[in-house]
Amino acid sequence: MKLPSLRDVATEARLLLIGIPVFLWTMIPIYHMFLFAISPKEDAFSGKLWPDHPTLHNFEIVFRQQHYFLRDFYVQFWNSTLIAAAVGVLTLFIATAAAFSISRLKVPGGRIVLNLALFTYFIPAAFLAVPMYRTMGNYGLLNNHWALILAMVTIASPYAIWVLKQASDKLPVELDEAAVMDGATTLQIFRLVYLPLMMPSLVAIGTYAVLLAWNEYLYAFLLLSNDREITLPVALGNFLAADDSPWELLMTTGFIYALPPAAVYYAFRRYMVGGLTAGAVKS
Amino acid sequence: MAITLSGDQAIPAPPLASRLTTAQVWGIVLLAPYLLVFLAFVVYPVCYGLWLARAPSNYVALYNDPIFARAAVNTLIFLVIGINIKMLIALFLSGFFAQQRTWIKWLSVIFILPWAVPSIPTILSVRFMLNPEWGIINHYIFAFTGDDGPNWLNDPTVALTMAIGVHIWKSLPFWTLILITGRLAIAQDLFEAAEVDGANWWQKFRFITWPSMQTLYVTCTLLSMIWTLGDFNSVYLLTGGGPADLTHVLSTLGIRYLRLDQLSLAMASIVCAMPFVLPLVYFMMKRLSR
Repeated sequence: MKLPSLRDVATEARLLLIGIPVFLWTMIPIYHMFLFAISPKEDAFSGKLWPDHPTLHNFEIVFRQQHYFLRDFYVQFWNSTLIAAAVGVLTLFIATAAAFSISRLKVPGGRIVLNLALFTYFIPAAFLAVPMYRTMGNYGLLNNHWALILAMVTIASPYAIWVLKQASDKLPVELDEAAVMDGATTLQIFRLVYLPLMMPSLVAIGTYAVLLAWNEYLYAFLLLSNDREITLPVALGNFLAADDSPWELLMTTGFIYALPPAAVYYAFRRYMVGGLTAGAVKS
Repeated sequence: MAITLSGDQAIPAPPLASRLTTAQVWGIVLLAPYLLVFLAFVVYPVCYGLWLARAPSNYVALYNDPIFARAAVNTLIFLVIGINIKMLIALFLSGFFAQQRTWIKWLSVIFILPWAVPSIPTILSVRFMLNPEWGIINHYIFAFTGDDGPNWLNDPTVALTMAIGVHIWKSLPFWTLILITGRLAIAQDLFEAAEVDGANWWQKFRFITWPSMQTLYVTCTLLSMIWTLGDFNSVYLLTGGGPADLTHVLSTLGIRYLRLDQLSLAMASIVCAMPFVLPLVYFMMKRLSR
């Protein structure tokens, strides 16, 4: 084995000098959340870096809904799941149909629709929230899950259409032509040629829409208010209403809430990095 | 559609349906769901909102509201200082993560966590860390110096800085990831040639890395600025706009007016942001639809 030269050691040390602060910066807020989740109340508030008596008791309280703020935990978890799934399915349906129509069928005016969608994508979502709130009121959808689902579909679709359109432009036109020669109808081309080839992008976009809806706070808190209708993030925000909030329970619930998206993200990372960053910024 | 009165009117135009091919009919049918969503949840709300904000008195009221002026300044600080610091760090870290080391590869997997987890629990976690009495930060300041730490979120400047910090914590991984992609696209033989010529790291950056990443970097900065205008969570969940409504940004201010049932003011404050947003959006669309 060759001993590393002095120069290599110096380079490695410099890299570590960057790597260690990056690691700490990234992990501290997450570790702090985890620390609260496994600490009894006294330990959590005493500033220890590891509790004297680590415990899963907080998780037990959450899962048994044994606290005022947690009495609808399962309902809220279910709401979050249902809304995220509905947004994923609807966005995929709307965006795939639109991308197919614009990119493969060259529908007249497709370019304009694409530009309008792109325009919506760039307008910050928080700005649309105010008129959206009022509109949902006019439609009579406030406090209804459909309000949040439709709002999130509106926000997720433009980017979805754009990424899917870019991806489907890359598929060779000859495929469609060959299918037409064989007597395939438009719907058959869509189902048998287009969808299978688009699968990687569809996975990326579906994941994107599901995560967007699961993570959404602002729209959820504006559009839903009834305790049994709200999603988990809104419930987390409601913890702050009390002066003596049970922070260890808040952090435990937050930890449980953060796990699924993190797991989904890492499971689909291959697709996400390829499908999304390539589309996010075209250099 | 207008009917034109020309000489050879005798031949009526064929009905619309027969002029379109089947493929085009399907095209319209498949585009319809998005168009419906767009009309019902973008066009209608925007028009309705603009109609609500039509009265000039709203703008006078905004102009006279010190919170609005403060929020506008805060937003500018957030964008001009916060985003540029974030993008510079991202540019620097993209070089770090482009190094071929096993441990750096693992670190990059961890580094993406803030982006992968929802922002609410992590922002609240930071909020408690900054708690003056029980927060872990002041706990250690007291343990090491014997002095009480600052009341972090009670000073508008510090609180806004912390909100910018939270924003950077959350979105740094995303932009770093994109800049890494840009960096890896640079041909390696350029660096090898520069090495042979005895270039130092700054010269390599200045003459190889920066020229090839410049466009991407500027695009990312602008895009990040537009999106940060809509960053509601970082401010709202950390400071709630406080103390004394001094740390609001435009996105939280709109919601504040909404909660106070001043919908027309909320819309007017958003309309005021449009002269800044629209040029940026126009510029981005130009870039992306090339």
